[in-house]
Amino acid sequence: MNLRPDLEPIIDWIRPGSRILDLGCGDGVLLRHLARTRQVRGYGLEIDPRNVSRCVAAGINVIQADIDEGLRDFESASFDHVVMTQALQALQRPDEAIAEILRVGKTGIVTFPNFGHWRVRLALARGRMPVTPMLPSRWYDTPNIHFCTVDDFEALCAERGWKILARRLLDHTHHEGLAHRLAPNLFTEVAMYLLEAPRVTGFAT
Amino acid sequence: MNEAAVDFTAPGSVGVVTPQRVLIDAPLPLDCGRTLPRHELMVETYGTLNAQRSNAVLICHALSGDHHAAGLHHVDDRKAGWWDNCIGPGKPIDTRRYYVVALNNLGGCKGSTGPSSINPDTGAPYGPDFPLLTVRDWVRSQALLADVLGIGRWAAVVGGSLGGMQVMQWAIDLPERVANALVIASAPQLSAQNIAFNEIARQAILSDPDFHGGRFYEHGVVPSRGLMLARMIGHITYLSDAAMRAKFGNDLREPTPSFNFDVEFEVESYLRYQGQAFVDRFDANTYLLMTKALDYFDPARDYGDRLDAAFRHAQARFLVIAFSSDWRFSPARSREIVKALVDADRDVSYALIESQLGHDDFLMPIPQYHDVLRGYLARVADELEARA
Repeated sequence: MNLRPDLEPIIDWIRPGSRILDLGCGDGVLLRHLARTRQVRGYGLEIDPRNVSRCVAAGINVIQADIDEGLRDFESASFDHVVMTQALQALQRPDEAIAEILRVGKTGIVTFPNFGHWRVRLALARGRMPVTPMLPSRWYDTPNIHFCTVDDFEALCAERGWKILARRLLDHTHHEGLAHRLAPNLFTEVAMYLLEAPRVTGFAT
Repeated sequence: MNEAAVDFTAPGSVGVVTPQRVLIDAPLPLDCGRTLPRHELMVETYGTLNAQRSNAVLICHALSGDHHAAGLHHVDDRKAGWWDNCIGPGKPIDTRRYYVVALNNLGGCKGSTGPSSINPDTGAPYGPDFPLLTVRDWVRSQALLADVLGIGRWAAVVGGSLGGMQVMQWAIDLPERVANALVIASAPQLSAQNIAFNEIARQAILSDPDFHGGRFYEHGVVPSRGLMLARMIGHITYLSDAAMRAKFGNDLREPTPSFNFDVEFEVESYLRYQGQAFVDRFDANTYLLMTKALDYFDPARDYGDRLDAAFRHAQARFLVIAFSSDWRFSPARSREIVKALVDADRDVSYALIESQLGHDDFLMPIPQYHDVLRGYLARVADELEARA
């Protein structure tokens, strides 16, 4: 089975046998792959009825829900990993979503398209909204309403005290090259973060 | 209960079926403390039990349902069974692959032992002497039926509304006997509002002078006004406000008001028709019993009011389905079930079906609804057949 290339780097972050929640799980491809290769148990959240049908038919645990309505039905720290791939920019409140991810998950895995990529900047410098391989929609039909750059995202993490345990910054071929190390915010097309919320301490008995 | 007219020659029909009366010749201890020494259940089956006896599906009916879930009793029947759009060859519950069992629950009035049956001790109908039942009692009775049919483990137990409650109870009480639990338009227990509607329905029956304390059979009457009122109240809760508005609006049947209490509005005509039709086919004591079984349902009660603790015993994979326009058992109630299953680390999928009609949508062939059912059950059948 071919996994979407941008999902592959995530696999390494996922502990075998862990319990995961995949937000915006689509047709369940990541969960199916993880169940098969890493004995992972879990659930996908999905809003699109066609994808819900596909998951059900494939035997993937799927819960039809809107991430924007929150993860209130999930207990704190009830999952080893909460994963959200390429959905951050389409949410009403990405910051609240990440906070919820890090409440429900012991770690959060978040990926998003980097709006600081040179193609985006080039388009904007020419006075046009970008249409790139990673961002194929036009301004009027895009589901994406909250773009951010790698630097924006890391600034938010610092501000909220979210710990970056690991990151992968990939170009459109999903590799990390020399250019990335020199100027990640300019050359990254897909940014991937493994995050952890600060744990409240001091009340343990 | 809505029933769709069906051409019995059409592909997808199970055709003409003959109900069977099955004697359960074993004592059935009931939650109320009494024990029924034996009882009879009316049963219909569709499809063929495979050699491994692994492809059986149990259909649990709702408040006013019965064993006639699919097909016709006679070639010239105008109406098919209550879930004919879902059960049959090539339908979501595919009788080419599954052996489907539908029954009239204990306490029913369609031939199974119930309040209108003859009490062998007295030679007269049980009436009010028939014990009140719980969903757990029904599951025990259905398990005895499974024993008689030689079914150790159901491939799936399926039900909507009160039927969905039986599905949950099966998965909790007899975990090793349920592989898949399909809970449709149901709730983990009744709300105060649900119980309130049931209480009004019961009071309508109990206060009818023709009820005679439940012994109306002996008086040669039926509490038709009470039962009709009860059904009218029920019907309001089965439909959404939008569906009623679309169907009836506030249309007068005549151009001008008549300034009396005859039927004037279309919705009045509809409710009276539904109520009257129900009186002709349903027993008042059974109606009382069914509403009490609904009210008593609360599987979490035995587990410190923790539904997740109850579900920790379950081994089944769950499919929970809710309908957006259902306010009787709203999607929020289904999400409570899903939350408890997730907290209990059970396998569960949840589909929210966009719908118009209300609670009754679980009986409708809504494409997204039937897609989800079909996809789920086709996969289960694939797995069964691969193992066979």
